[in-house]
Amino acid sequence: MAKLILSMDGLVLKEIPLNKERLSIGRKPHNDIQIDNLAISGEHAVVVTILADSFLEDMNSTNGTLVNGQPIKKHFLRNNDVIELGKYKLKYMADLQAGAAASEFEKNVATRSGQIKMPSELQLEPTDTLVRSSVGLASQPKPPVPNLAAAIQLLNGPNAGKELDLTKTLTTLGKPGFQVAVIAKRPHGYFITHVEGSQFPVVNGKALDAQAYPLGDHDVIEIAGIKMEFFHKA
Amino acid sequence: MMLRDALEMVVRTDPGLIRSHNEDAVFAEAGLGIAILADGMGGYNAGEVASGMAITRLADDLNRVISSCVTQEGSGSCDPSVIERHIVNEVGAANFAIFHASQSCSQYAGMGTTLVLAWFYDNRMSVAHVGDSRLYRLRGQVFELLTRDHSLRQEQVDNGMISPEEARYAENRNLVTRALGVDPSVDVEVHDFDVQPGDIVLLCSDGLNDMLEDEDIALTLSALGGNLPLAADHLIQLANDHGGRDNVSVILVKVLGDYSAPKGWWQRLFGCLK
Repeated sequence: MAKLILSMDGLVLKEIPLNKERLSIGRKPHNDIQIDNLAISGEHAVVVTILADSFLEDMNSTNGTLVNGQPIKKHFLRNNDVIELGKYKLKYMADLQAGAAASEFEKNVATRSGQIKMPSELQLEPTDTLVRSSVGLASQPKPPVPNLAAAIQLLNGPNAGKELDLTKTLTTLGKPGFQVAVIAKRPHGYFITHVEGSQFPVVNGKALDAQAYPLGDHDVIEIAGIKMEFFHKA
Repeated sequence: MMLRDALEMVVRTDPGLIRSHNEDAVFAEAGLGIAILADGMGGYNAGEVASGMAITRLADDLNRVISSCVTQEGSGSCDPSVIERHIVNEVGAANFAIFHASQSCSQYAGMGTTLVLAWFYDNRMSVAHVGDSRLYRLRGQVFELLTRDHSLRQEQVDNGMISPEEARYAENRNLVTRALGVDPSVDVEVHDFDVQPGDIVLLCSDGLNDMLEDEDIALTLSALGGNLPLAADHLIQLANDHGGRDNVSVILVKVLGDYSAPKGWWQRLFGCLK
């Protein structure tokens, strides 16, 4: 089920499942989500959910509703959209269970077919030589790569302010022959690893060792004298 | 430059996430200029036996061949046709040993193994393969597959029955048409390639190329080529991130410099005359 995560100043306050067709947000107590703050109108906005799709509508609020920094009247919500009402933020997390269920199924198939193999192997029957024991798992799609978009922004040097999206599975940083590090995009996050050079990358003021280091939102990386910030994109 | 200094070799093998056994076997020795990778098949642990036998036998035999070549220096041992003959002989012998074991021992009945072998000599390499284990080369920005799988899938692609894209998801993608240890004799495919400093050669089992697109492999090699052990680790990690449904093995060879064979005075003279 899709949900909204209510936060203020980076502090998570509440998780709201979108289990109603119409979910109202406002300052007055009859709203489904009550936010008791003067910047919020009595009836500020509603989220209408039909099957897997959710729409956000501003109810002519005094201070308006922003999605990803843009004022909206009506908006079709996409995964990781950030709704702003005054100082409050609501992050929309789409229902990714359908995808997760599929990969769970895939895993089951894989383990089960492994088990089916077992008895014949235990009896030491001559199996057909040219058939690998893993056949039958053929036409599976690749597991989905989660779309946790992230980027780095240079904080100093001639290109300060420049942003670099981490779209590839590997992004190299630094100067070849002097100091090189790489950011790997993996299903469960982003990892920085030292590649070459006598200097190791510094993350949040601490030098790394040869191991891959999992990057967190707003980590500050220093490579070859250049500082940059890693951040997840909303 | 000595082979030992001219080549950097890194070996990694991993059972993957699904299988409990690792039926792959690998061997690489920069001093000999030899890299061998085998992916075994057969019930119970016979696959491991077949690939293990192939690797140990070939490593020993080629070591012997190379040391005997070095002693009779300058006797034309660097001729591609001579190297090819050695490879065919030694792979044939390994094949027969595995076949013999599978015939004489009931629990090894029907075992077999694929093989891919690279032999570096005199700024060249000879590549031999049987089955669907592969050898790729990254030269500059060009990433190329230098072997052609001996598999039903490849045959179907060659006949135009299926497109290479369809082949990725074909049902019979793991059916190999040639393997070591299945028949008393084996048909080895051998090709000779020139080698340039900076080349990165990858030998891998199908656990890698079934899980990953070639572009992912190419990107890893070009981005991490400066740190070969890290590149190898990353390839294994990528295969496991994509499901890790099979054993995955890689051998990476980076050519650091020139390794032309030392020439005798009469060969140099001959070279001047030509």
